[in-house]
Amino acid sequence: MRLSPATTQRIAVGFMWILAAITFAVLAFILAFVLVHGLPHVTWGFLSRSPTSMGRAGGIFPVLFGTLLVAGLAVLVAAPIGVATAVYLTEYTRNGRLTAVIRFGADCLAGVPSIIFGLFGFVFFAIALGMGLSILSGALTLALMVLPTIIRTSEEAIRTVPDSYREVSLGLGGSRWQTVFYVVLRSALPGISTGIVLSLGRSISETAAVMLTAGSALRLPRSLFDSSRTLALHFYLLSREGISMQNAYATASVLIIAILALNLLAYTLMRRFGVKTGR
Amino acid sequence: MKRDKVVGAILLVMALFGISGLALITVFIFREGVPVVLRLGARQIFLSSDWEPSLGHFGILSMMVGSLAVTLGAAVIGVVFSLGLAVVLTQFSPPGLSAALKPVVELLAGIPSVVYGFVGVVTLVPLIRHTLGGPGLSVLAASIVLGVMVLPTITSIAIDALQAVPRSYLEGSIALGATRWQTVTMVLLRAARSGLVTAVILGMGRAIGETMAVIMVAGNALEVPHSLLAPVRTLTSNIALEMGYASGDHRQALFATGATLFVVITLLNIAALAISRRRTGRGRFS
Repeated sequence: MRLSPATTQRIAVGFMWILAAITFAVLAFILAFVLVHGLPHVTWGFLSRSPTSMGRAGGIFPVLFGTLLVAGLAVLVAAPIGVATAVYLTEYTRNGRLTAVIRFGADCLAGVPSIIFGLFGFVFFAIALGMGLSILSGALTLALMVLPTIIRTSEEAIRTVPDSYREVSLGLGGSRWQTVFYVVLRSALPGISTGIVLSLGRSISETAAVMLTAGSALRLPRSLFDSSRTLALHFYLLSREGISMQNAYATASVLIIAILALNLLAYTLMRRFGVKTGR
Repeated sequence: MKRDKVVGAILLVMALFGISGLALITVFIFREGVPVVLRLGARQIFLSSDWEPSLGHFGILSMMVGSLAVTLGAAVIGVVFSLGLAVVLTQFSPPGLSAALKPVVELLAGIPSVVYGFVGVVTLVPLIRHTLGGPGLSVLAASIVLGVMVLPTITSIAIDALQAVPRSYLEGSIALGATRWQTVTMVLLRAARSGLVTAVILGMGRAIGETMAVIMVAGNALEVPHSLLAPVRTLTSNIALEMGYASGDHRQALFATGATLFVVITLLNIAALAISRRRTGRGRFS
């Protein structure tokens, strides 16, 4: 029996809609599953107290604080370097061998798995440079990891700035760097911020790389050279070692809410200013 | 102007950070990982499944097979769902709906891998254990979880590839009397082929490099898996599981595991880069 083209189309498109529906159902299920089990346990006390007996009881305050330090510092280091790279690639040089090498480096770096970043951060920052398992080692490792994302989103944001803006600035007697700093970067700012927000999200959710570089201490860190556990690793250890399922769900809920908020922020920036993240 | 030269020089120095980072990673991973391979011989490492660090046995064959198995499994699941999603969102869905659904797909990429692993281990693993048998922690469970995780990567690159196909191709096909579905299979997918292949390769790169989710659902057994329901250990999970307490040769062997993974990923990346360059004249990664 041969199906008519119209029937084939109806069946094929129906099948693809089913695939799409399954995908969105899985996403909804994952989020709902974690939040339903975890949110009731996310109380002010949980967020503001220190954990006791390895996280079996008490809250997650030092972990929250450590996560903010590691992820914040990573983005603080990666953002200027990434934006500078993007400016160099788009505004300061013509396409040549050097730009090809720089792009190749960023492209390859984007594909390196996080566990390799972890191994590298461990031998390089923690051991060779003597930083030990610390917030600083973790942050620098993550900075290298999110660098390609920041370069790529900044590059795309800078490319969307119309040439006429540059021409007006140059025509008014502005120098090249004045044009870049006062005109191009200013109009590309929403796009650049989108990349930075997404990188912050990636830093917060990373586990493998921080496990090998920032360690898993539960104390409140006193300096950047102290080890500190991050939210994602705390959740992993709580659930994997069966320490406390209730606290594991609650920690995961905090993590997911943070990621949802950051994605929403990135989306709003993108929507509002019509930039493409190119993810 | 002088100032422009100075700014240019500073920018160049900062722009070299990324490539220097990549060079440092390569040097350090190989410097730590290669000596043990030279000392014990490549045969003892790559062609043996005998991993017994306390006895000085460091065969990673079973983990190489493990990584390959879960990556292929993830690719099959990821490709079916991602292509369906990309085609439906670009060709058959009302524009408003596509615009609303695309950020949702990106949200999937933002969920931490530990969360995927955890939800997998408390829902999917028991389901497999009860319905199909075996320990539940298995190649199958890892493939499904990884398939979901690589879906956003493949979908968003595939959407870009499909959107890059000139409208005139599709209009030509429709004008010749083809249905929209015939246009998709005979014109659209063919014209976007290299972009779609790039998407799949990059998705596989992501799957083979994923660590935490795989540790949680794959079972981590040290043997070559004989079925989809058998537990398996991957290269990545081997590193993450043992790095905490390894020292001496054991640690070097874990770096050798990392170096192996690094070589495989780099080959995948270069392949993807070469294919996408041929298409657009410029590499694009996600």
